[in-house]
Amino acid sequence: MVAIRIIPCLDVKDGKVVKGIHFDDLKIAGDPVENAYFYCKEGADELVFLDISATIEGRKTMVDVVKKVAEVIFIPFTVGGGISSLNDMDKILSNGADKISINTSAVRNYKLIKEGAERFGSQCIVVAIDAKKIKEGKWEVYIESGKTPTGLDVVEWAKKAEDLGAGEILLTSIDRDGTCDGYDIELTRMVSENVSIPVIASGGAGRVEHLYEAIVKGGASAVLLASLLHFRILTIPKIKEYLKNKGIAIRE
Amino acid sequence: MVGIIKYGVGNIYSVVTSVKYCGRDVVIVEKSEGNISKVKFLILPGVGNFKSGIDYLKKTGLFEELKEKIEKGVPFLGICLGLQLLFEWSEEGKEEGFGIFKGKVVKFKNKGIKVPHMGWNKLKIVRENLIFKNIFDNSYFYFAHSYYPVPEEDITFGITEYGNKFSSIVIKNNILGVQFHPEKSGINGLALLKNILEEKWWR
Repeated sequence: MVAIRIIPCLDVKDGKVVKGIHFDDLKIAGDPVENAYFYCKEGADELVFLDISATIEGRKTMVDVVKKVAEVIFIPFTVGGGISSLNDMDKILSNGADKISINTSAVRNYKLIKEGAERFGSQCIVVAIDAKKIKEGKWEVYIESGKTPTGLDVVEWAKKAEDLGAGEILLTSIDRDGTCDGYDIELTRMVSENVSIPVIASGGAGRVEHLYEAIVKGGASAVLLASLLHFRILTIPKIKEYLKNKGIAIRE
Repeated sequence: MVGIIKYGVGNIYSVVTSVKYCGRDVVIVEKSEGNISKVKFLILPGVGNFKSGIDYLKKTGLFEELKEKIEKGVPFLGICLGLQLLFEWSEEGKEEGFGIFKGKVVKFKNKGIKVPHMGWNKLKIVRENLIFKNIFDNSYFYFAHSYYPVPEEDITFGITEYGNKFSSIVIKNNILGVQFHPEKSGINGLALLKNILEEKWWR
C-alpha cells in the first residue's frame, strides 16, 4: 500500500527560507537548498516551498530557488504562492518542481485548475484550501493568506476542484494553524470522504499523536508540518518510528 | 550520450539532472532528424496525458523515428507516461500507442483508494535482473499516476500493490519501462537509474 507522506513546508521570501530549520549554527538557516537537503536526508517524503515574497522581484528569484533545489534533491517537491497563470506554472515546473499549488488564483479563476491539469497533468496540480469553521460541520474557504472570506463551502469547493482536474487537496485549518492543538480532524475527514483525490492535512499539529489522528480518523494521505519540524520539537525519524509502531505504512 | 525526449508533456528537468548525476552526458531530443542519431540510449519520460503525448510525437515525426530506433536495438527506457505509451492502447485516449508491449493501460477503479496513486510505494521484484543490483526487494519508489499497465505477455519484472497488483517494471528485449519515477525516488531511484544506464540488461 502507498506510504503516508511526511511533508515539511518551508516559507521562502525573496529567495531565502524564513522560519527555516533552527540549527545551533545559524549560518545556513536561510539557504533553501541546505534546508531541503537536510529534510531530504532526514527522510522527508516530499517538500513544499511556499513563496511569501511580496514583490514581483522577490517572486522571480523563486525560479532560481527551484532550479537549485532540483539539482540536488531527488524527491518530489511542490511550489506554491503567487502562481496565477499557466505561464507561472510552466516557469516553476520546467525548472524542476513536480507540482504547483494554487489557492487564491484557483478561487478567482476556476479555469486555471482545468487548464493546468490539461496541460501539465492532474498530478501536478495541488489545490490549497484555507478553511475557517463557521458552524458545526461547516467550513468556509478563505483566500489571500486566510484574510478574505469567499462564501464558498469548503467541501463543495474541494469537490469542484477535483472535478476540474486537481490531483490533490492541501487542506489547512485556519482555526488550528499555529495552535499546536492538533489538526481539525472533522474537517479533514469531511473533505477526504467527499473527494477521491489525496488530501494533505495541515495546520495545528503539536504532537506526534496528532499526525496519527489526521491519518486514521481524518483519512489524510499526507501530513504537512512546519514549525514543529523547524524548531526540532519533532524530527522525521521520530515521527516515522511512532507511526510505524502504530501500524501505519511509512517509507523507511 | 543519453537522449532524453522532450515532447511537450510534463517537466523533464529532473530526469535530465538525475541522468547527469549518474555521470552520463545528456542530449535533449525535440524533433526528428535532429541530434537523435548520436544517441546510444533513449529515455522517454513524461507525466501528463496519453493522447496529447502521442499526438505530439506523431506531429513532430518522432513517433516513427523512435519506433525505428527501438527496432534497431537502441536501449530504451520509458518512465511513467513514457512506459504507458509503449503499450497498444490506453483507456485515457483513443489514440493507439507504440504497441511495442502487448497489452493495454487502464484506470484504477477500486473502491476506497485515492486516485491518482500518489506517493511512495513498494516495488516487489518478481524476476531477477541486473538492474536490481544493490536494490532491496520491497524498496519504496515514488509514483504519481491514475492509469497502470496491463501487459498481455510475460514481461513483468516488478509489481506494486495499490487496490490491486500491477506491473511496475517491464522489460522486453532492449526496452524497459517503469511506472514510478526513478528520478524522484531518492537514493533507491538513483541506484536503479544508474544500473539501467550501466548494466547490460538488454539482450
